[in-house]
Amino acid sequence: MLIEDKKRMAYTAVVTRVLEGDGRASRAERRAAFENAGLAEPLRTLIDKVAKQPTRVTNEDVAAVKASGESEDQIFELVICAAIGQASRQYETALEALAEAVTDKKRSEHASEDPQ
Amino acid sequence: MRLKILNSGYGFGTKVLFAFIHAVSRRPVPDAAKLVFYRPDFYGAPMKEFTHEAMRGPSAWSVGDRELMAAFVSKMNECEFCIGAHTATAARAYHDEAKVSAVLSDLETASIEEPLRATLRMLRKLTREHAVNADDMRAVLAAGVSCEQIEDALAVGFAFNTTDRLADAFGFFVPGPKAFEAGAKFLLRRGYR
Repeated sequence: MLIEDKKRMAYTAVVTRVLEGDGRASRAERRAAFENAGLAEPLRTLIDKVAKQPTRVTNEDVAAVKASGESEDQIFELVICAAIGQASRQYETALEALAEAVTDKKRSEHASEDPQ
Repeated sequence: MRLKILNSGYGFGTKVLFAFIHAVSRRPVPDAAKLVFYRPDFYGAPMKEFTHEAMRGPSAWSVGDRELMAAFVSKMNECEFCIGAHTATAARAYHDEAKVSAVLSDLETASIEEPLRATLRMLRKLTREHAVNADDMRAVLAAGVSCEQIEDALAVGFAFNTTDRLADAFGFFVPGPKAFEAGAKFLLRRGYR
């Protein structure tokens, strides 16, 4: 197996497990945390900070989500989904940019080999 | 840590293991380890597999280069725990502490190879702005970095853009330099699995 395929498979396994596997939070809620979209307060604030400004997360952010009825196990899962979601958008955007750059490069190499 | 389950929610076997680690290393189990031991089926086990592949699997980048990328991405995310852990690990892997601190304080003036510098620039933009474009990738390729090396660097980026977020969201305790030194030895001997 190609090295890069092994990495992609391990990556897909991480994402699939947290989104599709069993959990204490619903799949819909895990998906929303992953996408950082469609969540209600106070969860929205916590998840958005995990995605965009993780150093700004406070004890109060977590306490507010607990007070709203989420268990610690649900918060554990949703925070993980938020972190993986943001990192995964970065990763996939970058892989697409790389694919585009490599395709262009190959095209121009072919063009110079075959001037017609 | 901000969740009680990450301090004390472990089963008997894991508690015994933590006590053993504490006794042998004479240090408490680091929070990064506690995270991957909590309900490992959900996150710890698959993420350890990915991270080990990214950091220790076959690659044209050395282990030192990849640990430096981890430290550098963590620096961009201002994640104290991961900066400490991976600065120590990169310095130990390279046998060169000065090189690592030079890169972390100023990537543009640090005395490193151009392909590594171009790759770190791309990781910096990706981490700070959450996106890069084909021109950014062309610049890295033009510096002599292979497509596979870019993919390998992006895998390191994914691992640490995830881990840095979790370290800060869950509130990992940041230990002193001796603990990071001990952690670096462990990560170089055993990897992430």
